[in-house]
Amino acid sequence: MRKAEGAALCKLHLVTPRFTIHETIEVGPDIARIVVDAPRVARHARAGQFVIIRPLDDSERIPLTICGADPDKGTITLVVQAIGGTTTETNAMEAGEAFSDILGPLGLPTEIEEFGTCVVVAGGVGVAIVLPVAKALAEAGNRVIGIVGARDDDHLILVDEMTDVCDEVLLATEDGSAGTRGFVTDVLEKVMGAHDVDRVLTAGPIPMMRAVGELTRPHGTPTIASLNPIMVDGTGMCGGCRVTVGGETLFACIDGPEFDAHAVDFVSLQKRNEAYHTFEACRLRDAREELDA
Amino acid sequence: MPELTKRERMKMDRTVMPMRSATERATDFDEVNSGYDTEMAMLEASRCLECKRPVCVDGCPVGIRIRDFIVLVAVGDTSGAATIILEDNALPAVCGRVCPQESQCEEACVLGKKGRPIAIGHLERFVADEERKRGLRHAASVTPPTGKSVAVIGSGPAGLACAGDLIQMGHSVTVFEALHELGGVLAYGIPEFRLPKEIVRSEISGLADQGVVFETDVLIGSGTTLADLMSEEGFDSVFVGTGAGLPRFPGIQGEDLIGVLSANEFLTRVNLMTANLSDSQTPVYDVAGRPVVVIGGGNTAVDAARVALRLGAQPVTMLYRRSEEEMPARDEEIEHARQEGVKIRLLVAPVVFDGDDGWLSSVTIQEMELGEPDDQGRARPVPIDGAFETIPTDVAIVAIGNSPNPVLIRSTPDLATTPWGTVETDSETGATSIPGVFAGGDIATGGATVILALAAGRKAATAIDQWMR
Repeated sequence: MRKAEGAALCKLHLVTPRFTIHETIEVGPDIARIVVDAPRVARHARAGQFVIIRPLDDSERIPLTICGADPDKGTITLVVQAIGGTTTETNAMEAGEAFSDILGPLGLPTEIEEFGTCVVVAGGVGVAIVLPVAKALAEAGNRVIGIVGARDDDHLILVDEMTDVCDEVLLATEDGSAGTRGFVTDVLEKVMGAHDVDRVLTAGPIPMMRAVGELTRPHGTPTIASLNPIMVDGTGMCGGCRVTVGGETLFACIDGPEFDAHAVDFVSLQKRNEAYHTFEACRLRDAREELDA
Repeated sequence: MPELTKRERMKMDRTVMPMRSATERATDFDEVNSGYDTEMAMLEASRCLECKRPVCVDGCPVGIRIRDFIVLVAVGDTSGAATIILEDNALPAVCGRVCPQESQCEEACVLGKKGRPIAIGHLERFVADEERKRGLRHAASVTPPTGKSVAVIGSGPAGLACAGDLIQMGHSVTVFEALHELGGVLAYGIPEFRLPKEIVRSEISGLADQGVVFETDVLIGSGTTLADLMSEEGFDSVFVGTGAGLPRFPGIQGEDLIGVLSANEFLTRVNLMTANLSDSQTPVYDVAGRPVVVIGGGNTAVDAARVALRLGAQPVTMLYRRSEEEMPARDEEIEHARQEGVKIRLLVAPVVFDGDDGWLSSVTIQEMELGEPDDQGRARPVPIDGAFETIPTDVAIVAIGNSPNPVLIRSTPDLATTPWGTVETDSETGATSIPGVFAGGDIATGGATVILALAAGRKAATAIDQWMR
């Protein structure tokens, strides 16, 4: 494993626990489910919140949703898709190794009330975000319908876990290898037609969240999107994660990550997330080469 | 050295701080000033008039016994000088570099009446650096343990000063830091060429040697709350030194374009995440050969401009809405920045960021003139009708100040705040509306300086000690 020069100098980890990985399981192509020690986070985490991690001592800081937390064991569960250099390195780490840093829980928790009928709509690894939300909504007495979409059957993850907490789970794949052939919005449209939906929560690719918002807007159904802008510190300090919501500049790290999907400027968010694409592509290539070597 | 008469001392020139040339230093992140050697330090110290009533001490927010340490430097007793400084300042190598001495101790210096005050900051730096080179460490507390424990929230200057005093008083101290590295603004904010990180780490490990416990990766107020610290975790008292960490944006059109970012973000990427290094895992905009503007006139703005320059940006232009006289940045830093090639446009303010497919391409500015003074006595900038200009730029770094970070405040409903969002404190003790909870530094005053934060941390330490007894 790489070690940053001078790393020993910059750390005075006198009481910070080691963030030891308990298990890491491949749940889909390049997608890992990681259970890791983080007692402070586990003790306080609520649905909708996230952590910032640095897998190695010289890694960048990346935000990841808290998919689950066990306060008794002091562990949290993360679901990570290897889409860049740092996530590739994260997923390559094995049980017994430790992350350098985990900071959290960050962000405001999901607003949980007895709303009535709620639909949670997830695309890709967005299901890791909506799973704890669906669970909390169900526990608060809501009827919860889950819609999970992915490219194909292989990329559908956490379906059993969703089935455990939702009253009903509907699937959509682009190639029709599982559930409805098409997008989650095709399924959502049918659900909106068949039920009185009181609230929609969505997480996944930006175009998908935007489409979900557009679909529910004419119905006037309150719709919440969990956003994933570029972030550095996660504590409000840098402002890199600022998003435009109803014309106002807000920080996803401390004002979000969930916002009214009918008010979010998704075009701006999508664009801003491209800021470092060239750098990220190089990093991904380097990380893969390093792992292969 | 033979004893000098007062008249001879008054005739001597101030010993010039050796400095790397502007062309050399503008291309790397190594330190600008290289520091006095022993001979220079003794010569400079020999200018001290050894005033019976040393007014310089009144000018120091933490009351360092300046005359007494300088007298020892003059006779070559650097260790003795260090002992005196450490009584009042746990971070002398930091303060010797970043304190605005010209408006504090050196402004008060009697020699200053002739425009040549003794170089107190340079001497403080010399003493601290010599001690570090010799590997000497702060002594562990000799006070018997009191059995009381204090949680310090934030490892910036206020928190470190508070922790340093409390540990010497015999209390047990745990410092909580949200980031992965300790030091707060000293780590993420002030660039390497002005304050090498090695120095910050060394001064912090001095505190650890004395018994201060540090826990990184904890954001108090998100998850663990202040109330948890005092109940579940059993701390007797809490010091809040969370700083002014919420960047302000001008609220003009186009500030969501790629290329517009806060100085905090820009400096964090470079200082904390070392994005300037070729093997860094964290990106920063590639500004080599590209124009960059920096909006603001404080130390952070100057730091951002000089970092951009070192990343190869060309030209780098600071845009400040008042005149040079009102610029809050230190004179020395402004001068250094100019020498290195930073351009400073005064009396201009941005009105709109223009973009091309989501990327910043130019900023339109409006000329200003000075009007009536505002409530702080600074002349208010007034826009001049029709005087607009568009400047092409790839990156616009916003350094117009910070608001108090709201995370801890939001999660602590009993903590009274001011209309500016800062924590309401007793200015003498740092006491807040919650018994046993004290606050100081930028979270109480709004954006200020390292030394004022140190002073607030020390005052609070004394008050915490009294409160717990």
